[in-house]
Amino acid sequence: MAKLESSFKNMLLVLTCITLFAGGILAGVYTLTKEPIEKSKLAKQQNAIKEVLPPFDSLDDEGKVVVIEKDGKKGEYTVYTAYDANGSAIGAAVESFSNGGFSGEIKVMVGFDINNKIVDYSVLEQKETPGLGTKMVDWFKTDKGNQNIKGKNPSASSFKVNKDGGEIDAITAATISSRAFLEAVKDAYAAYTNNADATTDSNSGATTVENTEGSEETTVDAEDAKNDATTAATATTTDGNSGATQN
Amino acid sequence: MSNNSNLKVLTNGLIKENPIFVLLLGMCPTLGTTSSALNGLSMGLATTFVLICSNIVISLLKNIIPDKVRIPAFVVVIATFVTVVEMVMQAYIPALFDSLGLFIPLIVVNCIVLGRAEAFAAKNNVFRSMLDGLGMGLGFSFALTLLGSVRELLGTGKVFSMTVFSENYGMLIFVLAPGAFIALGYLIAIINKLRKT
Amino acid sequence: MNEQIHNPAQQKSAEKLLVVSPAPHIHSGDSISKNMLGVIIALIPAYLVALYFFGLGALIVSITAVISCMLFEYLIQRFLFRSKSVTIGDGSAILTGLLLSFNLPSNLPVWMVVLGALVAIGIGKMSFGGLGNNPFNPALVGRVFLLISFPVQMTSWPRPIPMNMQYLDAETGPTVLAMIKNHFGQLPETTDMLIGNMGGSLGEVSAIALLIGLAYMLIRKIITWHIPVSILFTVFAFTGILYLVNPETYASPLVHLLTGGLLLGAIFMATDYVTSPMSKVGMIIYGIGIGIITVVIRVFGAYPEGVSFAILIMNAFTPLINAYIKPKRFGEKIKK
Repeated sequence: MAKLESSFKNMLLVLTCITLFAGGILAGVYTLTKEPIEKSKLAKQQNAIKEVLPPFDSLDDEGKVVVIEKDGKKGEYTVYTAYDANGSAIGAAVESFSNGGFSGEIKVMVGFDINNKIVDYSVLEQKETPGLGTKMVDWFKTDKGNQNIKGKNPSASSFKVNKDGGEIDAITAATISSRAFLEAVKDAYAAYTNNADATTDSNSGATTVENTEGSEETTVDAEDAKNDATTAATATTTDGNSGATQN
Repeated sequence: MSNNSNLKVLTNGLIKENPIFVLLLGMCPTLGTTSSALNGLSMGLATTFVLICSNIVISLLKNIIPDKVRIPAFVVVIATFVTVVEMVMQAYIPALFDSLGLFIPLIVVNCIVLGRAEAFAAKNNVFRSMLDGLGMGLGFSFALTLLGSVRELLGTGKVFSMTVFSENYGMLIFVLAPGAFIALGYLIAIINKLRKT
Repeated sequence: MNEQIHNPAQQKSAEKLLVVSPAPHIHSGDSISKNMLGVIIALIPAYLVALYFFGLGALIVSITAVISCMLFEYLIQRFLFRSKSVTIGDGSAILTGLLLSFNLPSNLPVWMVVLGALVAIGIGKMSFGGLGNNPFNPALVGRVFLLISFPVQMTSWPRPIPMNMQYLDAETGPTVLAMIKNHFGQLPETTDMLIGNMGGSLGEVSAIALLIGLAYMLIRKIITWHIPVSILFTVFAFTGILYLVNPETYASPLVHLLTGGLLLGAIFMATDYVTSPMSKVGMIIYGIGIGIITVVIRVFGAYPEGVSFAILIMNAFTPLINAYIKPKRFGEKIKK
């Protein structure tokens, strides 16, 4: 078969046909993979949360945004509360961040249990110096010296790197990154306590939080939250999802 | 067409015209994705799939595509297969997609794929084009896996995540971009030396 | 011929040409080994300071670096290139080893020093064909390779203890540059920075010793002032502007000048003949480039120190600078 001539009509026809055909195939594959892709994206987020929390039964998937003011800037922290089979909260995973690192933003997911202790953490995003600051990914969960932060309460005054007079061993030769990391964990804690008090209150049965539509943002001063984290949450916290699980 | 020459088409891409070590095509994904042996192998296999499929389709369509629009037509065909690979990978192997993600769409502009479409599939029959795609793809995968293994070994003391020596002796530079250039340069030098003797 | 020389314009341009001159040259009796020896002599004051403050560690690191650089140069030329003439006698391998060790902390494990020497000679020098063909400063290639590969060991500097006899167990502390970036810790006194009583690589701590070396090389005409002065001036001006804008966040230009590897880099590393431009205008452009990149990396980058990266980056631009900044050939018409 001889090659088709490069006339305008031929070129237009062939290209249109090929493009249409390609479009058809892609549309088909897209429909086939759409659901699995969404599932795997959700699973990824869930896995990050599961990694930092004790086993739970159900999860507040949407999360609740807590706004904390720090050095005059507002930061948004997302709190995902987890519940056991009876519907009472057993802890929460908090997505937090810090801009104090060596370069760029550090994003972490920190899990807290109901006693305000750190269960585990996972670093979602960081751009620290390779081989130094990047070690934060597993440095603070390794049992060696005083570097493990699991089971600690971030409101303690000793929750600082040893160079700043605290008790936690900083990453060798990467004090700034370590400090920024602990900063992110502390902020996560502030966000968690602001959110958790409302939940524990409601679970104790003394007061029932009104179930309002959607989630409302709470703004609190970070300094207060850090100085006296357990009582700082005077701001009303309302959360549609946490209220809904309440019987 | 004898079996002998078909075999030659297949083996050509493996060593004699290896796309990475000899033709020096497709350097971008080569340098970008070979931080570990597994990443290199996966990228190689994804590219192999695209190569075989696009070579077959282009060889089938070679007579109905007018000369003046052949490049756009080829690109559309290749882009289609790349997008298919991307979506399937994202859906079923999300972990791999996370580490290769950025480089998958770049297969479209990988010189090997377009190069083979233009230089081979547009001039040969379907079967030989398929063999060529397979050979080139395997050669590419071989090169990427080798480079990935060398970088992983020197950088972290492991190959395919199996520990060979302590990570304390690993040279971090080989996992990062500059190490990719150094390792590739010396691999090409060694392979050229071996080919000449 | 006579008429031409009497032409005043021509004469003037000829004078100008005599200052900046690529080949042909009149031979002055200089040789590679003589110049290398001069540079090594200029390094002695800084070396003595290093021995005083870092003791045994400095001795072990420097001797290991020099011996392994010479050994690798010999082995590669003898067995890989199978060349009959081996150039370890010209002193360039000794200088590379010495400069490499000057850029290392004095408590670096011996195997890392040997690896650095292998990279400096093998990758930095011999891969490109040996002395004269290497586009990058070999000692810096070795240092940067080690810095990226082993950031922990390469950035934990032993504290200076006079007549220190410990090697690996020396107490470590951050460099002044890291302190600036961290905004913590007490900066050393200016006099300490001048003498070298602070943490840092072997040869970079003492500003005074390095400046004595610079003076010696300028008097002996081993190097010209253009590269070091343009680098130091650029860094001073750039950090000075930043300091004026916000003295809270940015350190004073004096601290920038006296700390880190800036003086060592500007005086001994950037002035390497093979990897720096030939013409004076080219040298100044090269120096300004190094100064700007250094400050950008120090102030905004992920690493605390940027001098070695800056010099390597500008090394890469050297052929381009040489191609564009060419002096007029003798006798060529000068356009008015």
